[in-house]
Amino acid sequence: MKLRSLVLGLVAAVVLAVPASANTLDNVRKNGFVRCGVSEGQPGFSNPDAKGNWTGLDVDYCRAVAAAIFNDPSKVRFVPVSFAERFTALQAGQFDILSHNTTWTMDRDVAQGLEFIGVDFYDGQGFLVRKSLGIKSALQLKGATLCTQTGTTSELNAADYSRAHNLGYKVIVYQKASEYIAAYDAGRCDGATTDRSGLAGDRLKLKKPDDHMLLPETISKEPLGPAVRHGDQQWGDLCRWTLFAMINAEELGVNSKNVDQMMNSASPEVRRLLGKEGGFGAELGLTADWAYRIVKRVGNYGEVYERAVGQGTPLKLPRGLNNLWNKGGIMYAPPIR
Amino acid sequence: MAERLRHVWWRDTHWRSILAQGLVLVALAAIAAWLAHNAADALTRRHVASGFGFLEHTAGFSISQTLIDYSEEMSYGRTLWVGLLNTLLVSAISIVLSTILGFVIGIGRLSSNWLVAKLCTVYIETLRNIPLLLQILFWYFGVLATLPVPRESATLGHWLVLNNRGVYVPEVMFQRGWQVVAFVSILGIVGAALVRRWAARRQQLTGERPATWWATLLLVVGLPIATLLAMGVPFSLSLPELAGFQYEGGLSINPELAGMTVALSIYTAAYIAEIVRAGLLSVARGQREAAEALGLTRGRVLRLVLIPQAMRVIIPPLASEYLSLTKNSSLAIAIGYPDLVSVFAGTVLNQTGQAIEILSITMAIYLALSLITSGLMNWYNYAHRAEGIA
Repeated sequence: MKLRSLVLGLVAAVVLAVPASANTLDNVRKNGFVRCGVSEGQPGFSNPDAKGNWTGLDVDYCRAVAAAIFNDPSKVRFVPVSFAERFTALQAGQFDILSHNTTWTMDRDVAQGLEFIGVDFYDGQGFLVRKSLGIKSALQLKGATLCTQTGTTSELNAADYSRAHNLGYKVIVYQKASEYIAAYDAGRCDGATTDRSGLAGDRLKLKKPDDHMLLPETISKEPLGPAVRHGDQQWGDLCRWTLFAMINAEELGVNSKNVDQMMNSASPEVRRLLGKEGGFGAELGLTADWAYRIVKRVGNYGEVYERAVGQGTPLKLPRGLNNLWNKGGIMYAPPIR
Repeated sequence: MAERLRHVWWRDTHWRSILAQGLVLVALAAIAAWLAHNAADALTRRHVASGFGFLEHTAGFSISQTLIDYSEEMSYGRTLWVGLLNTLLVSAISIVLSTILGFVIGIGRLSSNWLVAKLCTVYIETLRNIPLLLQILFWYFGVLATLPVPRESATLGHWLVLNNRGVYVPEVMFQRGWQVVAFVSILGIVGAALVRRWAARRQQLTGERPATWWATLLLVVGLPIATLLAMGVPFSLSLPELAGFQYEGGLSINPELAGMTVALSIYTAAYIAEIVRAGLLSVARGQREAAEALGLTRGRVLRLVLIPQAMRVIIPPLASEYLSLTKNSSLAIAIGYPDLVSVFAGTVLNQTGQAIEILSITMAIYLALSLITSGLMNWYNYAHRAEGIA
């Protein structure tokens, strides 16, 4: 991997040196597919199954972008990339969208050449511990050793929390998700720490998942969302409104099963969403029925959430903060008008 | 006419080659400058921060093994040193261990004892042919899986504690006056070396080597112990004690360092063994036969005749093994050992996103380490060259 990151760095140096064409949408059209940078295997977000089909929230978001452009959600090439290499790879033009459980932070947004297009999952960092420790709170982990993964905000959050509460955590940082969770399982660490959604998925990889539990503390804000390269406003708008269309569709009760009936809806909001009124697709470089294609081919936000991480999946993550704003959560999209 | 042409400088091959080399150098420098300028320009246009100012910024993350004082409030520049020292530590220990093990195995492979020779062959052929990363993961997770949790540690009183957080031994704490003891001990060792030299000279002059063991014993053991008692034993011990989740106090070696060291040493030793074998086989057969004819024991044939001559063949490839070992230590991140690549080209790169600057610094450091190592080995080789032997 180190060789790879070195090579990637050099490639970045050379590729950055060549002025990239600013229009991502034209390139995507020319290629015939969207290139989407995803994780190397994160259950519920981007995870290849036994047959090599990618599933998850991050993956379905990219399919929605493909549906908006090509009316075909399969026109996506998924590029697995490690946490540590993802930003360099996006800057170097290895893919068009980074949809990789990425926390939106100020430094990444303003100093690392990224443009975050929204939040598709509100998360927070938590702790996974053995039930046999008999503790109820992260504050009881004084002097504990924690395993985590490099390239994430988790290292800094754990250090901040430890400093703020004078807990003296010792953090051991591994390169891959599979390694940090294996080291935790082998007893190297008293706890594992990363985003709660990640821990829920990683817990399933343990030898005896039921012997482990998540502590109640959430020690950070982790708004996860897709990002694109800074500087291509049109592509950023297209990606942003793809996400907003999925959230608005759920709010308006439009889903993949009823979207054809909804085309005849009298509601002006539904008519604008589905392109019966106004011409909102044109400014994105798309046709008027862009959002219809997203909902028809991929689904609204709620459908995607349930399919990826909901009660029917092994993760069983409750909607919580990710519920719509009018249903007790904070998921809220600006209106299409 | 032909006479005059030869004096025109551009027809002189010497000047022509200097000119050609100069032009190539200028072209290379121009390409490098163009790349650097273009990269800087592209970074600015894409709003990616650049420059080396980040080295002063607060790091904010913790590091699991630090040889120098470090806390989260310190700078990214400080993490560079912490990572570099961790790289140097694991490389230095592994170089020593792999050299010892490599010599033993290499000599063993040439043994006349069938079993020893075959075991050494199997060792070399197996370990050379398994990728190092797999070996690192094997030793790390293999060892972790067999060790007990801290509360069920295997202990020898407070003298040795073994669990899946590491090996703990008592740490010697220095009290007032320890410098005197250290100084006297060094004097004793120097004295013993002088006695040895005197004995060797006597042997050359008279053919008889005077017994020196009692003087050595007195100087190396007796003198320091006497000083130690006279100074009232200016040392104390810090013993490992179970405190909360793990043992505190004492000196500890964590499983990451242990796993890296074991894997690197065992893997590199297989290569060194082959280098040693090649070196020994390069010594003319007559040398061994002559030494044996003089009635030297096997050990002395090896130590006094074969190895000194073999070293000339062994040193240059041994230097490359040391270089590979140091560079291989960058695989440490796989098992969470905080080396230079893991801390600086890993975490710091991620927090700052300044790939070009950080990778340049990291590459420059590895280059410097390699040049220093090979410089030292070349110096050793020069100092031990065979004088007068063609």
